[in-house]
Amino acid sequence: MKIRNIIITLISAITLLISTSTISFAKVVGDKIILGAAVSLTGKYSSNGVHTQNGYNLAVERINSMGGVKVGGKTYKFDIIYYDDESNSGRAAQLAERLIQQDGVKYMLGPYSSGLTKAMAPVTEKYEVPMVEANGASRSLFTKGYKYLFAVLAPANLYLDVAIDLAVEKNGGKPVTIAMAFEQDAFSQDVRLGIVEAAKRTGSKIIIDDKLPKELNDMAATLSKVKATNPDVLVVSGHTKGALTAIRQISEMKVDVKMLAMTHCDAAKLSKQHGKASEYALCASQWHKSLSYKDKFFGGGMKYDADFTKAFGYAPPYQAAESSAALLVYKDAFERAQSFDTKKVRDALAATDMQTFYGNIKFAEGGQNVSKPMVLFQVSCNDDGSKCENKVVAPTKWASAELVHPIPSWSKR
Amino acid sequence: MDLLIFQAPILMVQASMDGILLGILFALIAYGMALQWGVMNIINIAQGELVIMGGYIAYFMYLSGIHPAFGVIVSPIIMYCVGWGMYKLVINKVVDKDLFTSILATFGISILAQQLMNFAFGADVVVAQSNFGTTMLFNNSVTLPNAKIFSGAVCVISAIILVIYMKKSKLGRAIRATAQNARAAKILGVDTEKVYAATFGINAALCGIAGACIAITFTLHPYTGLPYTVRSFMIVIIAGLGNLPAVAISGMGLGVFEEWSDYLLGTEFRIAAVFSLLVIILVYRRFKLARKREYLK
Repeated sequence: MKIRNIIITLISAITLLISTSTISFAKVVGDKIILGAAVSLTGKYSSNGVHTQNGYNLAVERINSMGGVKVGGKTYKFDIIYYDDESNSGRAAQLAERLIQQDGVKYMLGPYSSGLTKAMAPVTEKYEVPMVEANGASRSLFTKGYKYLFAVLAPANLYLDVAIDLAVEKNGGKPVTIAMAFEQDAFSQDVRLGIVEAAKRTGSKIIIDDKLPKELNDMAATLSKVKATNPDVLVVSGHTKGALTAIRQISEMKVDVKMLAMTHCDAAKLSKQHGKASEYALCASQWHKSLSYKDKFFGGGMKYDADFTKAFGYAPPYQAAESSAALLVYKDAFERAQSFDTKKVRDALAATDMQTFYGNIKFAEGGQNVSKPMVLFQVSCNDDGSKCENKVVAPTKWASAELVHPIPSWSKR
Repeated sequence: MDLLIFQAPILMVQASMDGILLGILFALIAYGMALQWGVMNIINIAQGELVIMGGYIAYFMYLSGIHPAFGVIVSPIIMYCVGWGMYKLVINKVVDKDLFTSILATFGISILAQQLMNFAFGADVVVAQSNFGTTMLFNNSVTLPNAKIFSGAVCVISAIILVIYMKKSKLGRAIRATAQNARAAKILGVDTEKVYAATFGINAALCGIAGACIAITFTLHPYTGLPYTVRSFMIVIIAGLGNLPAVAISGMGLGVFEEWSDYLLGTEFRIAAVFSLLVIILVYRRFKLARKREYLK
């Protein structure tokens, strides 16, 4: 009796599973291609979540108004279903499930942050739904063998290794000493790995390797050590809080280093919040408006900057630019695939090789974009510090200003 | 790493000074917590959120062109009202319930406060600039940001004022009486309801002062209140309730210990070291108490 009950339950469970998983919803309704996205509209990532959403929306509007997507001789328009993932990775995974299962979405856009992308990727992979993401740079996303994940941005380990090369170059090709302080989270630790590799490659020595706790906003002790050991390069990465804390305490403690390399300067509005204290900081960025990449939808970076500012009332951080680029990639892939079959779209995505205003896009085996280098900009201020600008200094091809090196000491500033 | 002590002994002075200034700030927050814990027997999980709220008041003053240092005057006034309102809305319903209920209630307040602040002020990390400059000591090898010295001084002064107020004023005496025995105080004509509301308000005001100091010395974000709750909780546990000198000493001791372990062991061990210390102190105290009990038998 018991065994029979178990068998019946099992069979009904399996039938239920099969029936739900084979239900096919319309992923293209009328002349609309429906994309799904979970972005952080509330919670701790909400400001960057909104940049992501604005980036997506601007691109959708632009592509639709410029003729939409042409598949099989018919014109389609993009439409996005949004959900708020509350900056919570558990919620993001649920919403990915919901978008695919209930809303029948067959093409996904990424959320904000590596952590949330990591939570969603296994779900999209399970249902074999392509996801083009623009805000998850952690290297671990690209080493899992995901077939349906594509990232338009450069992976995190490439964020700051250029800075080490630059420091070595300025040191007459001789190895340098490096002090590093990284937050203990997936993204920052990936940036750290990049630095470790660069140090190995150039024979440079890492003399301080501190891991900052997530909850803390005090790095006085690390900076004391920096003062005691006097390294050539100081590298700091700890999201916006890390960037703001570092600049505040470096300027207060008058720590002199030849080069200060950081991430998240843009997102932290570093030069606006700290003014002249942030001058000479070298920042990694996925995109800068002065880069000369071009496409027919947004023109170039300057035009994108102007259009975005007009639409949303603030200058686009790179988080918005890369999000817009994700839509351009989708449009290109659909038109090359000439089909709405997810497998064909996936193959078309994998074969992407294009230029957008944001940069060249070509995906490696793991899904990361390998043809767009990171840029480094340096904060440069006028004499009274009332106006600060970010000027691209590396790679040399895109540089609009000369790198100031070494950083003048605090006693002379 | 352990050679650092001998390589640059002067930097141990730096770490100690940083620790003391940090500890004073924690001690003020902890004193507020000890006060309302002692009087109302409530552990306020939302303590850190009150601090951050106070910080945002100073930040908005800074945005509107007023020097954020004035936040240490404005912020406690506003925060007193916030604390008072919070008491009237929620806390007075849980004040005579068991500890678990009040912890849950204040935990709820803390989540609500985080989300509301996030909604109202945005999720960006912000700082207020005091432009106070830096004091250099020992041939420029020890640097003390004047903003930190200012916050330390403000915290000490507010603690002294509070102690005098608690000793001399009528409300202060009523608060102390209620802390000793709420029922007896009530029989003798103390309006305990009012005392509770005032205590919660004073606690919030202290958090407001600390928050304004944090706005000019560290960074503000709606979700960064928890470390302040945890630190003040630890200090109160170590120092006991209603003992201001002990709170001040354990606050500063904790600050110095944090900076030293960060400096000598590496930043990744900072929090671990602090919590190991807490465990050791708790075990030691339990051991000591157990011995005492045996003796009493």
